[in-house]
Amino acid sequence: MHELSIANAIMETVRAEARKRPGARVAKVGVRIGVLAGVDPEALSFGFEVLVRGTEFEPLVLEIESRPRRHRCQRCEAAFDVSDDGLACPACGATETVFISGDELELAYLELEES
Amino acid sequence: MSRVPLAKKVLSENNRLAAGLRARFRQHSILCLNLVSSPGAGKTSLLERTLERFAASERVAVLTGDIQTDNDARRLARCGFPVKQITTGGACHLDARMVERALADWQLDGLNLLLIENVGNLVCPSSYDLGEAAKIVVLSVAEGDDKPLKYPAMFFKSDLLVINKIDLLPYVSFDVARAREHARRVHPGIDILEVSCTTGEGLEDWFRWLERRRDASGILNLKSEL
Repeated sequence: MHELSIANAIMETVRAEARKRPGARVAKVGVRIGVLAGVDPEALSFGFEVLVRGTEFEPLVLEIESRPRRHRCQRCEAAFDVSDDGLACPACGATETVFISGDELELAYLELEES
Repeated sequence: MSRVPLAKKVLSENNRLAAGLRARFRQHSILCLNLVSSPGAGKTSLLERTLERFAASERVAVLTGDIQTDNDARRLARCGFPVKQITTGGACHLDARMVERALADWQLDGLNLLLIENVGNLVCPSSYDLGEAAKIVVLSVAEGDDKPLKYPAMFFKSDLLVINKIDLLPYVSFDVARAREHARRVHPGIDILEVSCTTGEGLEDWFRWLERRRDASGILNLKSEL
């Protein structure tokens, strides 16, 4: 359960960004998590809720966007979401495909309210 | 309401420290490997067999992470190489800062191989870069052969899968071919070795893999000419 450390890293960025914008209140923080990031979104939401409770940031909302594993076909160049069926290209059936994305663990955006 | 894009890695601070470590390892021609597995898969045993094999003149050191106790460090120190225990005090993984702190009072000049044994856990250590050249995941046949599918992040991020305890195969339902297929489904390019740290079977393959990686980073040649 390292999601609490991850939530803490998110809060550190929120605090730093909030200091840069004294007139604004951070209402929402958006993160992108790939299926290969090794992070459980539910555990992260729970950890985040616990960290925010009782702070000046309450009620800060965490929005998690889950990202699929994506590959590109070496033969037909098609990019596709990988399913449980395997890594073969769904368009042309080629098995030579390369990883493009799916291990993201990114802070995407903040939503600010002017106060 | 206004939206401010950030496009920043959540663990950017850890990644920054890891990049610093990686640069130091390169500067000192050190090959750093990060061993990960679930608890009890045999990381410490694999390290013991590895250290026993090295001549006393080898410039090898080990960092070993656990939540509590220095049992592993004491086990590994018997081989005579520098070993340091990192006790995380509850944390389920090592991070770059812990490694940086542990290395603070070591002379990196004297090393060319640093083996890091992570905390036994197939999930959390996958998120933390320690500045290593490669992660190595150990899977024992006492576990399920579907572990690569259940914990894809770790198998995806590892360069090598070591299937350990193959001496137990007659007594367990683990199917090696299936485990290989599952690992390759998650990570087609992963190297796979089968070993037993108890009988020594397959360990020659592991030593060859290790030497290949050391040669590839130009470490042996470079250091032996000094």
